[in-house]
Amino acid sequence: MIRWQFATLAEVVPETPRVSSLYLDVPDWQGHLAGQHVDVRLTADDGYQAERSYSIASAPEDRRLALTVERLEDGEVSPYLVGELRTGDRLELRGPIGGYFVWRGDEQRPLLLIGGGSGVVPLMSMLRHRAHVGNRAPARLLFSSRTLADVIYREELERLAASAHGLQVLHTLTREKPAGWTGYTRRVDEAMLQEVAWPRQDAPDVFVCGPTPFVEAVATLLVGMGHDARSIKTERFGATGG
Amino acid sequence: MGFVSRGFKGRRRDTASSSRVPPGQYVVTDFPVLSAGPTPRVNLDQWTFTIEGEIDEPRRWTWKEFQALPAETVTKDIHCVTKWSKLDTTWKGVSVDALMEGVETAADFTTVFSDGGYTTNLALDDITGGKAWVVYEFDGQPLHPEHGGPVRFLVPHLYFWKSAKWVRGIRLQKDEHPGFWESNGYHVRGDPWREQRYWGD
Repeated sequence: MIRWQFATLAEVVPETPRVSSLYLDVPDWQGHLAGQHVDVRLTADDGYQAERSYSIASAPEDRRLALTVERLEDGEVSPYLVGELRTGDRLELRGPIGGYFVWRGDEQRPLLLIGGGSGVVPLMSMLRHRAHVGNRAPARLLFSSRTLADVIYREELERLAASAHGLQVLHTLTREKPAGWTGYTRRVDEAMLQEVAWPRQDAPDVFVCGPTPFVEAVATLLVGMGHDARSIKTERFGATGG
Repeated sequence: MGFVSRGFKGRRRDTASSSRVPPGQYVVTDFPVLSAGPTPRVNLDQWTFTIEGEIDEPRRWTWKEFQALPAETVTKDIHCVTKWSKLDTTWKGVSVDALMEGVETAADFTTVFSDGGYTTNLALDDITGGKAWVVYEFDGQPLHPEHGGPVRFLVPHLYFWKSAKWVRGIRLQKDEHPGFWESNGYHVRGDPWREQRYWGD
């Protein structure tokens, strides 16, 4: 049984106006694979409980377990995690969970990561892990955000792209075109994927995570371009949740 | 008094529906989509539904033949292991009992298999006796591909990953063979009322 355990909030790092990373001390954490998630459980004083799943943002090698949480205004759990929870507070969680949407770090095939909004979180765990293990296989992240201010991990992604071998980070913004912006400014489409994805002969490992319509569109385009459906791993999240 | 999350109030559900929501679940009104890979596009001209394995002669239906089978409309609550539950969902399709009528089998287990290679394991007892359907309509409309159309499995008393999307058949087996999610950390049976989410639960 994956048991419930206590984590203590050590640090909160705001990533964007709606998104924060929670850095947790988990005394008996058993370790995880990049791409896995945890279940979080909150308990009110009358015993009422609410559970949700959150992707792990930290690499297996990192000292603290990091969850990056988007605050959904109509949500039940995320407004508590991003807003109410303070350093020193305890949180119940269990994990790691999921054995499919994972990247182990010893793969030699090119790694193609395509994220929409907070769907970048498990992909970030993979990129942090890649930097730790020194994997030299080429990697690309295509990251779709609404505006520049909504880009999660922007500075860290810049640093990773500058220092980690063979990593390219490409952004697209769907709702604004800031002055001097050199990235894409539209939804992910076939022309963009033709530029960013390796040709199918290179057989990249593909991970796509984001809102359902985003993942549906990207995965369908990639299959249409001839990529093997079995090499495309997806995680979708709906508009509800929270 | 056990642990309390400081400052957490929570959002209580109304008591009328709370008895229908298994532990750790919350109610949604939309219909989230969860799949491990791209959505397959299914060609109905080549579609068949098959019962095979521990059976003297495999049974196979084309799309046209399947549509001609006696259909049932059922309204059920569904529970996804990712925590959402959706109440009073209405489906139309053929009961597994009807598909299995007259079948003699030594099998106690089944693997339900799908386009795209997805599989899930189910005890035969969990899909017979009015517990499972092979459905092609949701809410009076043809089932959308994202939700498993043209045809998906429906076994609402277990977590919804057991209700395989894009289903193509049932393999009858003497032994239990863990399916896709059951080999990737998820519980071999998946009863939401016992919160059987993951290995060891």
